[in-house]
Amino acid sequence: MSQFIISGSPHVHGEENVKKIMYTVVLALIPAILVSIYFFGIDAVRVLLIAVISCLFFEWVIQKYLIKGPVTITDGSAVVTGLLLAFNVPSNLPWWILVIGALVTIGIGKMSFGGLGKNPFNPALVGRVFMLISFPVQMTSWPVAKPLFAESITDAITGPTALGLLKEGLDAGKTVDQILADPSMPDYLDRLTGNMGGSLGEMSAIALILGGLYMVWRKVIDWQVPFSIILTVFIFAGIFHLIDPTYYVVPSFHLFTGGLMLGAIYMATDMVSSPMNISGKWIYGIGIGLITIIIRMWGAYPEGVSFAILIMNAFVPLINNSFKPKRFGMVANKK
Amino acid sequence: MIALKTFKKGGVHPEENKLSADASIQKLSFPKQAIVPLGQNLGAPSKPLVKRGDEVKTGQLIAKGESFISANLHAPFTGKVLKIDDAIDSSGYRRPAIFIDVQEDEQWEEGIDTSETIVREIKADKQTIIDQIKNCGVVGLGGATFPTHVKLTIPEGKKADYLIINGVECEPYLTSDHRLMLEKGEEMLIGIKILMKALEVEKAIIGIENNKPDAINHLNELTKQYVGISIQPLKVKYPQGGEKQLIKAIVNREVPSGKLPIEVGCVVSNVGTAVAVYDAVQKNKPLIERVVTVTGKAVKKPSNFLVRVGTPIQLLIDAAEGLPENTGKIINGGPMMGKAITSLDVPVVKGSSGILLMKRDESQRNSPQTCIRCSKCTMVCPMGLEPYLLAKLAKLSLYERAENEKIMDCIECGSCQFTCPSYLPLLDFLRLGKNKVGQLIRSRK
Ligand code: SF4
Ligand code: SF4
Repeated sequence: MSQFIISGSPHVHGEENVKKIMYTVVLALIPAILVSIYFFGIDAVRVLLIAVISCLFFEWVIQKYLIKGPVTITDGSAVVTGLLLAFNVPSNLPWWILVIGALVTIGIGKMSFGGLGKNPFNPALVGRVFMLISFPVQMTSWPVAKPLFAESITDAITGPTALGLLKEGLDAGKTVDQILADPSMPDYLDRLTGNMGGSLGEMSAIALILGGLYMVWRKVIDWQVPFSIILTVFIFAGIFHLIDPTYYVVPSFHLFTGGLMLGAIYMATDMVSSPMNISGKWIYGIGIGLITIIIRMWGAYPEGVSFAILIMNAFVPLINNSFKPKRFGMVANKK
Repeated sequence: MIALKTFKKGGVHPEENKLSADASIQKLSFPKQAIVPLGQNLGAPSKPLVKRGDEVKTGQLIAKGESFISANLHAPFTGKVLKIDDAIDSSGYRRPAIFIDVQEDEQWEEGIDTSETIVREIKADKQTIIDQIKNCGVVGLGGATFPTHVKLTIPEGKKADYLIINGVECEPYLTSDHRLMLEKGEEMLIGIKILMKALEVEKAIIGIENNKPDAINHLNELTKQYVGISIQPLKVKYPQGGEKQLIKAIVNREVPSGKLPIEVGCVVSNVGTAVAVYDAVQKNKPLIERVVTVTGKAVKKPSNFLVRVGTPIQLLIDAAEGLPENTGKIINGGPMMGKAITSLDVPVVKGSSGILLMKRDESQRNSPQTCIRCSKCTMVCPMGLEPYLLAKLAKLSLYERAENEKIMDCIECGSCQFTCPSYLPLLDFLRLGKNKVGQLIRSRK
């Protein structure tokens, strides 16, 4: 009838698209990737590559042969998931465990729910927790960081993480001061820059925060989630530290060790599995902070961020239903 | 310089593309045949008073607004009524219109002052003003085309504190209001004074975004002569021209859900409407022409035309040096809220603010992907709604829930769809949902 296109308004679109968002996250991860390569050398490269390639591969296979729908591996989401999965494992993890982890991540964590946008849980964490439970030994033997160029990296030794040391020490009846004074415990500067044992992406708080600030600036994440998690951990840990400094470590220790920064900035902020509204984001963040500290202080595991995020992921639909945005014109109604 | 204000919740920043901002208003020549749709205002269409074969003079009343929310319609040209028949209008539907064969030498209806002399003294009293505005068929020219005399009739028990004049023009590309403020500033201010008298308000504030510094300066200069009228520069943000957003930005009052601005003591009018009010009251000149922007990235001469109602848009496009070859979409209005139209025969109506010609490569929508739950749509919604949820509810026909989630508060600004990184047609679903929920609400009465 007419050569002109008819469609509803708006007739223009903003700059943003899914691919751009995903690659912004990849970009934000680069400082932390570089730090991990600096500390773990070729092992880090190996883990990163295996994780990313397996995630892409499994997504492709599932979309093409199982779902027989469109293949969307170029949208970047599987790359992000792969990188985050790699960030959550030790650098000396056997390759086959990682591949199985990637299969669980993509297959169960993402595709079984219908793919991107439908998964209630953070897929990389689903994979990580699966590996942690199935392969507890391999998943918790941490190579001690060996800065690149410093020494040969072939004789990497393994040891517990700072949080692991703390838990062991406390279980053995030592006081916090004694544990912190132990020479194998990384000092403050090490904790900040990443010179300690741990999984690939946990190393440098500075690199993680840098990427986080970039993502906030690019509006890929909202600052409320990481901020509320970190604040909650700090306050909660601080209260207990004040009550009994011999049993409860200073709160800053909690902030810069283990997966807290990684979890708060990159895992909890996953768009798909986090709440949609600002008030909900606060509740979610506070919940993650509380559960993390409870697990770390009194749980069986030294680390609790992953579990905390997965638990709060489960509450997201409820949070979305109960915490609505402030509607326009509702204030005036109350008068 | 007064501090810039804006509304707080949501909003987006589409590319402004005000290509025709420096093009002064040009009078457009007359068409051979005019099509004057009967339904040019919000509310009931006007009832025709002429029949086939009648001779009409410019400015003659040709259709009457009979119900409360309706408006009079006047002959925009001198000529002969060819027929009253259906014609495609900017909504895309065929609706009744009066076809006029336009005669070249123009004859105005008696009693209309067609000179350019500015009449400053306001002699009319409140009631005369409202009557005159009604007689002259003045409607809101910002796009909503709500009959102005109805707006001026304040319900029992309510009182207006402020008259707010919308000079925001937050739609990208459009510049008709901008040019009007620069070129008809004085007439506009007198029109505002008239509106103030009719509303019995002491204060009028003109909101202008600071991407129009020339208009702000010019009017700041002019308002020195006009007690009670002030200029409020605003930060550029879409949809600041939305009535509720504008009131929030300027006087920081929130119009309650489902209510009109008068609830918070405000009446909002557009700059073009103020000029039309001046014409009606001071010159006895009915609303038969308006300024229309013709623009687009491929348009050779982006322009602002003073156009008579009923002129086919083909004529406007010709005057802007023709339809670019790669035109893919013709939009009546701006790119955020305008309507795509099918034919170049569609006439200009009282509510037409611009014709935007989009290139073919800009016209296609990107194919939608799945919602990634990024919450960007929620963050930009100026009404505090959850567009992703409302769209889903509409899709699933869960209209009751959509109503509870305040779907009827949606102002159809398009900010959500503009922002959605997955290119989801959110507003398509929202409109569908609003339509159904509207039926639901009416059926309860
Ligand atoms: S179109 Fe409606 S739902 Fe979308 S942003 Fe505008 S008001 Fe909100
Ligand atoms: S902006 Fe689009 S992708 Fe993001 S939550 Fe809204 S509908 Fe979903």
